[in-house]
Amino acid sequence: MRKAAAAHEMTASGHALGRTEATKARLNLFETIRPYLYVTPALAFFGVFFFFPIAYVIYLSFHDWSLLNLDEIEWVGLANFTALFEDADFRQVLGTTLIYTLSTVALGIGIAFFLALWLNRKAKIFGLVQAAVFSPHIISLVSVAMLWMWLMDPQYGLLNALLEFIGLPGYTWLSDTKSALLSLIIVSVWKGVGYNTLVFIAGLQSIPRDIYEAASLDRSPWWRTLTRITIPMLSPTLFFLLVINTISSFQVFDTIYIMTQGGPVNSTNMLVFYIYEQGMDFYNGGIASAASVILLGIVGLLTLLHFRVMEKRVHYR
Amino acid sequence: MAKVVLKQVTKEFNGQQVVKGLDLVIPDGSFTVLVGPSGCGKSTTLRMIAGLEQATGGEILIGEQPVNDLPPGKRDVAMVFQNYALYPTMSVYDNISYGLRNRGYSKKECQVLVEEIAEVVGLAPYLKRKPSQLSGGQRQRVALARAMVKKPQVFLMDEPLSNLDAKLRNQMRVELTSLHKQLGSTFIYVTHDQVEAMTMGDQIVVMNEGQIMQVAAPMDLYQEPDNLFVAQFIGSPAMNIVPAAEREDQVWGFRPEKALLRHAGVSSVGHADAMDMHGHIVSREILGSDTLYHVETDKGRVVVKTDTESLLDAGSAVHVTVPLSSIYVFDRATGKRIARAENGVRQQILAGGVV
Repeated sequence: MRKAAAAHEMTASGHALGRTEATKARLNLFETIRPYLYVTPALAFFGVFFFFPIAYVIYLSFHDWSLLNLDEIEWVGLANFTALFEDADFRQVLGTTLIYTLSTVALGIGIAFFLALWLNRKAKIFGLVQAAVFSPHIISLVSVAMLWMWLMDPQYGLLNALLEFIGLPGYTWLSDTKSALLSLIIVSVWKGVGYNTLVFIAGLQSIPRDIYEAASLDRSPWWRTLTRITIPMLSPTLFFLLVINTISSFQVFDTIYIMTQGGPVNSTNMLVFYIYEQGMDFYNGGIASAASVILLGIVGLLTLLHFRVMEKRVHYR
Repeated sequence: MAKVVLKQVTKEFNGQQVVKGLDLVIPDGSFTVLVGPSGCGKSTTLRMIAGLEQATGGEILIGEQPVNDLPPGKRDVAMVFQNYALYPTMSVYDNISYGLRNRGYSKKECQVLVEEIAEVVGLAPYLKRKPSQLSGGQRQRVALARAMVKKPQVFLMDEPLSNLDAKLRNQMRVELTSLHKQLGSTFIYVTHDQVEAMTMGDQIVVMNEGQIMQVAAPMDLYQEPDNLFVAQFIGSPAMNIVPAAEREDQVWGFRPEKALLRHAGVSSVGHADAMDMHGHIVSREILGSDTLYHVETDKGRVVVKTDTESLLDAGSAVHVTVPLSSIYVFDRATGKRIARAENGVRQQILAGGVV
């Protein structure tokens, strides 16, 4: 009896052992695939809406095709790219985009920085000014463009009225090849400076007050406090603004479309507008795709460069 | 080295007075500790001496010079902040030399001075590091070195040890005291921790609600408190306060370690020169060498501190006996101390029959 009972016990425990091992294996498998299950929805989303379009544009850039006849699509290799770089117009477009980006980023960030230094105070009036400076950011770019077209109107515009008031001759802002690009830069800086200022103010406010107090006990003159303490401590903010401002400047479209249509004499034609023109007006799908790939490459490279340079320079606590 | 004098110094924030007419002399070369509960105005007082806050009224002198209108950098003081306030983007070397460079020292002079001070505080191997790469204790040393290298007349310290762990805090306490002896400069030290105050200061200023409650040497403060506030603030656990026998307008205080605790079963020896209370133990805390008993007595809740040799259990009925010589008498309304109980109280006890 006792033996039988013991044997029975043994088989029971043997069964139990087998079962736990199987369960364990199943659990292990589940543990391995579980993280992938979690990220699948996000991956699917990014795949459909980001990676696929990017890959498709790259694919299209090696083909000759037109929006008018999507069935006729012909492999041409690098022909679209060589055509672009041999085209003087495209080189001009690239140059203009570069000048525009450098100016908007430098002015937009520079002005915002000093505005932030000035506005970073407690009194109510400074809060009001902050709100005023920020307000262009919440207006649609189309309205901003329309507003500035009116301000820059050679005959009825407020800007020329002001110039006349102080005794200077009026100016043909948007219809002169010398000033059209500058006008676009002004509009973009005006629209973007509020946002940059706000981000800078947030950055300034995150610098502990006692560091400035220590500096005042160290007899630090204001300019040295600015260059040795404030600016280095703001470097993460500065870096962030540089990246997003550069990217958005490279992608300027709305103001060109509304205010100048790339003119006069192509002087304000920039990359995204050029892509739009090629694809939508001239039905050069292949050229437009190739230019898009170039834009992607430039922005990607710049971002990478920013990260590389800033990695060493930016102070993170 | 210089003495610091405050004459009727006041400070208002938004119409509310946080420092109310301070008169204080901080002797040359002393280690003076400003201590009090949070919001008592001690930090504000220190910041006014530093020049980081403008005094609303009164006069502040460092040495013989009135400094009310001098900017912080011109007052010849150095400060160690609670969060150290190191420059995060600068190396340890630059942190220490920054003040010297601004004072017009040449690069060579700076190097000599910084290396010398780094040797003193044990930072020599870390001069090239950024503050974020240092431990809390090392950051503390950088803050100290930054203050010391300027050789100021007065050192100001605003709770400099409160961010350190307990062990390091004890160690730094000792180091700061010996540093003070070495330098011989005037130290003004702000803390809310009465243990820090008692162990470090040679003059302690107890503050409450923007006023000075008492200025005295540590032991005087402990043994001869001027008022109820000081009596209860200094000493841990705090002084017990019980109603005075027979006198409605007075209260009595005694230190927890001065009371004697006996099991109620042990027959009481009638003490003519002691106060006796009956009660039961509510809870006890064993601290190692000492034990604290919280006792609910006929005169209210009191704390008794004894050694750990014979433990009594919670719930036990006990007698608490306090020698009259250990009882302080305070005015109930003003909180001012009137006398030690020894003389004035004995008759009351005999007459009132407390025992």
